[in-house]
Amino acid sequence: MKKSVFLGALTLAGLAAGTAMAQDSSTLAAVKERGVLKCGVNPGTPGFAAPDANGKFVGFDVDVCRAVAAAVLGDSEAVEYTPLTSAVRFTALASGEVDMLARNTTWTFSRDVDLKNTFVGVNYYDGQGFMVPKDLGVSSAKELGGATVCIETGTTTELNLADYFRVNNMEYEPVPVESFTEAQTQFLAGACDVYTTDASALAASRASFETPDDYVVLPEIISKEPLGPLVRHGDDNWGDVVRWSLNAMIAAEEYGVTSANAAELASGTDNPEINRLLGVEGELGAMLGLDNDWALNILTQVGNYGESFEKNIGENTPVGLARGLNAQWTEGGLIYSPPFR
Amino acid sequence: MTTATDSPQDQGFRLSQLIYDTRYRAITIQVIAMIAFMLIAAFLIRNTIINLSALGKDIDFGFLFNRAAYDINQKIIPYSSDDPHWRATLVGLLNTLLIALLGCILATIIGVIAGVLRLSKNWLTAKIMTFYVESFRNIPVLLWILAFMAVLSEALPTPRAFRGETPSASMWLWDSVAVTNRGTYVPSPIWGEGSVFVVITFLLSLLGIWAFGKYAKRRFEATGDILPSFWIKLAIFFVPTVLVYFLLGRPVTLSYPELKGFNFSGGLHMRNSMLALWLALSFYTGSFIAEIVRSGILAISKGQTEAAFALGLRPSRTMNLVILPQALRVIIPPLISQYLNLTKNSSLALAVGYMDLRSTLGGTTLNTTGRELECMLLMMLIYLIVSLFISSGMNVYNKSVKLKER
Repeated sequence: MKKSVFLGALTLAGLAAGTAMAQDSSTLAAVKERGVLKCGVNPGTPGFAAPDANGKFVGFDVDVCRAVAAAVLGDSEAVEYTPLTSAVRFTALASGEVDMLARNTTWTFSRDVDLKNTFVGVNYYDGQGFMVPKDLGVSSAKELGGATVCIETGTTTELNLADYFRVNNMEYEPVPVESFTEAQTQFLAGACDVYTTDASALAASRASFETPDDYVVLPEIISKEPLGPLVRHGDDNWGDVVRWSLNAMIAAEEYGVTSANAAELASGTDNPEINRLLGVEGELGAMLGLDNDWALNILTQVGNYGESFEKNIGENTPVGLARGLNAQWTEGGLIYSPPFR
Repeated sequence: MTTATDSPQDQGFRLSQLIYDTRYRAITIQVIAMIAFMLIAAFLIRNTIINLSALGKDIDFGFLFNRAAYDINQKIIPYSSDDPHWRATLVGLLNTLLIALLGCILATIIGVIAGVLRLSKNWLTAKIMTFYVESFRNIPVLLWILAFMAVLSEALPTPRAFRGETPSASMWLWDSVAVTNRGTYVPSPIWGEGSVFVVITFLLSLLGIWAFGKYAKRRFEATGDILPSFWIKLAIFFVPTVLVYFLLGRPVTLSYPELKGFNFSGGLHMRNSMLALWLALSFYTGSFIAEIVRSGILAISKGQTEAAFALGLRPSRTMNLVILPQALRVIIPPLISQYLNLTKNSSLALAVGYMDLRSTLGGTTLNTTGRELECMLLMMLIYLIVSLFISSGMNVYNKSVKLKER
């Protein structure tokens, strides 16, 4: 009896794996044929990916999905968003449930090498921070010994937290929570003293509180969290499409190409780099297996990197993030696109 | 000799008999079905292996011996983030078993009380129990878990509320129990030198109570005298232990929760995640057990009650001596399923952040190592083993209450 039950369990697991993993080898061809891009996003981080009042996903990460859809299908709205928790995102990508992930995912060695993902770039340089209520009277993370800390399970932040407190010889009580919203609820109810996650998400979360001024983000940044879009291993052509869609947004900001002037510049400029980017010169689009106006579509429909940043998470939005590390390299930041040549 | 009586022996076994002879047909069908099932299973397993190798993934349980690197708040055995994944799994498993054990006990108590009271002649009591049973068993248990958690973390005061000159919250029971939205802190014993003798005395007195019970029963059956067993048992329970406790100079003391730094420290910390999960699972499963108990009692014919009354037994004795022992035979088998359900439902623990097997092995370990298939298979295997243990244990008990025909 026991053996037959085990066999049954194994069979079911095999069945699930078998059906999920039967997929087209060329993602680009599959997306073109389907006419819609399946993109895995965060279920709700204001500014990065969250449904707006009409239920449509908007945000900084969502714009990467839209850029890829604009490049491949010529329509930035041809995206089917799949909200994924941090626990299931890699499984969803590996099984072919989504074509790409743009879900504030930290690029790490093991995720890249062992989990067989390909990170195509970094769209936000982040680091893990701590947020506390102001009346706790804490001004540094070093004073947090003995605190209760809300932490999303299954994220790199959970591991950083354990390391940070151990290295600094401090005790703490982790309160594991499953999602971003649950973490906010627990934190606001005072079930934990501290909420820790990526500093960008802390800012986004603080912006959504009723009284943001009652909470402070501590100055310590305890980790490097380069967040970026990723695809599966083994389909390099598709990886190139996503990588250069992101790079097109970044390069466009550097050269001053915006959603407003892109169409005008596409009639030809003195700058050969802009001409190649917008498909006036060369055959860059064809090399990717796309139309030659792929980057033009991205810029007219989504905008360049800076525009997307300002619209979703910039200083004039509720999230209110400064460019900081995420300024162009020419402005002292780390955002840098390889040349379009 | 043309009769059919002896011809089959003469002709020996022919292949067509496998289909046309009813003696063999059943076996033939079973063999074919078994082969078909095994073929399907083999195909699926092969398909999985091929797909996994196409993705460049192999099945490897070596990750269990790597450093886990994450912390677990509730641990029954010592654990730190330097320990390997298998130890984190073990911590999670013990937490699962703890919640299953506590849940089964409380659910049984709630279920038996509610089931008996639902049959009460008191209209209000019966209706309240009906309301309880129907509301709990008709709402998904996940919602109950979240509801209990929401009440505990939103309605109770934070530890900060206990601080200051005029705190807005105060501790209960002479400052020994702190109920906060991070959990309930109760005093816990500190085992000093010599406390082992107190424990041994206590265990011996439990043995004494059992032995006295046997003696009293034998005496009752032999002579008909009823000893005042309740008072004597109570005395055996308390007197020797208390005596030894004071003779040894009070070796066991209590550690009281105190507000230190951000939180209470000292005492035993029962986290809200555990309380919410425990209460929700117990009340949910209790509502099913109530129905099982009720059906068990109703299954006993009314004649039994009437016969007991005719013998002059009081209603409570009728229930305890006549009805319940017979009802148990009907109650136990479905009760086993409820215990299994409770154990399996405890895998919803992650919803409130209780670090059970699903949250450690199937949660953080799975996420950080990316070994989905291995973690899932291992987790299924562990739950299967736990469930089989529970059901075989309960089956032993079932045998002991079964109708014994002499």
